[in-house]
Amino acid sequence: MKSGSRLERILKAGQFALTGELGPPRGADADAVRGKARHLSGMVDAVNITDNQTAVVRMSSLGACLIAMQAGLEPVYQMVCRDRNRIAMQSDILGAAALGVRNILCLSGDHQCFGDHPDCKKVFDLDSMQLINMVKTMRDEARFQGGAEITVAPKMFIGAAANPFAEPHAFRVTRLAKKIAAGADFIQTQCVYNMERFCAWLAQARDMGLTEKVYILAGVTPLKSLGMARYMQKNVPGMDVPDDLINRLQGVDKKDQAKEGIAICCEQIQQLREMKGLAGIHLMAIEWEHRVPEIVEKAGLLPRPELQAEQV
Amino acid sequence: MIKATIKPLEEIRALVAPFRRVLTVGCGGCVSLCLAGGMKEARELNIKLRALQDPGSEAVFDDITVERQCEQQFLAALDSRVEKYDALISLACGAGVQFLAERFPHKPVFPGVNTQFVGVTLDIGWYEERCKTCGDCVLGLTAGICPVTMCSKSLFNGPCGGPQDGHCEVDPNTPCAWIAIYERLQQQGRLDSIADVMPARQWQGQTPGRILHPRYRDRYVHEDGNDT
Repeated sequence: MKSGSRLERILKAGQFALTGELGPPRGADADAVRGKARHLSGMVDAVNITDNQTAVVRMSSLGACLIAMQAGLEPVYQMVCRDRNRIAMQSDILGAAALGVRNILCLSGDHQCFGDHPDCKKVFDLDSMQLINMVKTMRDEARFQGGAEITVAPKMFIGAAANPFAEPHAFRVTRLAKKIAAGADFIQTQCVYNMERFCAWLAQARDMGLTEKVYILAGVTPLKSLGMARYMQKNVPGMDVPDDLINRLQGVDKKDQAKEGIAICCEQIQQLREMKGLAGIHLMAIEWEHRVPEIVEKAGLLPRPELQAEQV
Repeated sequence: MIKATIKPLEEIRALVAPFRRVLTVGCGGCVSLCLAGGMKEARELNIKLRALQDPGSEAVFDDITVERQCEQQFLAALDSRVEKYDALISLACGAGVQFLAERFPHKPVFPGVNTQFVGVTLDIGWYEERCKTCGDCVLGLTAGICPVTMCSKSLFNGPCGGPQDGHCEVDPNTPCAWIAIYERLQQQGRLDSIADVMPARQWQGQTPGRILHPRYRDRYVHEDGNDT
């Protein structure tokens, strides 16, 4: 075991994993985190706690991770390269590990121009690939990026993101291979709407033997409304929302669109489950955490696997 | 070359407002080529500053332009002229402003331009950034396209998940550097050069930089290792 996290154990046992997502609040509001955590508890195997997503300032991922843990969830600590240099990152990783965080997702981060402090100085001392490699070195060699020894190594299950839908399509699997070479143990993908393209990407990864080396969790985000679907299609970089999904939502009454969105989401999960080489689902119900129980149940993902208390 | 833009007139005016005799020093180097700080711009600035003067003001704005403000030998030409002025405006890049201020430490020196970047001239009056002077060039691996400068996130292992129609997610007018790198390497049959993870960088430039050219090193460094 690399970390002994619940997520790692479930994946290692060959169980189809399910991760969720929890966006920390725009304030020092622990109850907001607890409230969201209640909806996710028992529904997912681990929960990603986002790190100032879309470059909008929120409660720190680490702070929210701790609250989520106290509420009984296993967090996946998201860390972006935009805001911290390697000193701050390593320090936070040690702090997180000491507090019991066992999963980390290494991301580049949305550019600061999308957020509420567009005039800030970007950091990007490392990129996501280099961050993955740094965490691996810390864990496996008990060494800091600068070479010095770490007294107690942080045991983290290392995650990375992949976007099968972004250009250049031919390079996307190579980039996945690079993330694996850098040290990624699991991958969570961009939201899958274009099933055909995702299928092609996964097949390519399978052919290269990559699905044997890394656990791939397909990203899924329920569409709450036609407006959201259109927004995702037009305004969210790297998102591929096919027209037939837009048409399908357009075909139902506005008041029924959320229901239809959930139906679509459940169908997507069913299709994804059939795909060879896929290790699980990453369900990102953005500001819709309270609908997760319904989605997970309808998609037939309950009950979640029980694990022995400690198998490290 | 270094590209600069003239500061807003109001800002310059406010900086020199307390002084009666002001010398605007143009630079004949990079900043003159990008039409920001050469002789013509020095004269133009003074005309504008005079036009903004209050009636009855006795302020004097003179100008002089030296070959380059980043070389001692050209600044020497100013030694005899500077004494009669209360303040100087330098239209050189940030390096030139500081070198001027260093040579005349008893005179207030104010910048007249904002130094923008190391870049190229695409056409008359059209300049674009190409180099962040990071001190450890990777262009040999990246098909002659700089990831530090041209990628909005300065990624060494791009492209990120965000490009749309070949453009950066940050700005639809900015091409994605990493797609360009990928395409050019593919064209040259050299995709191997980005197949491996580029390791974390040893960033330089964290303290003021210094180059002692090997051929001249002995002139400046004594045997005991101390500088001149």
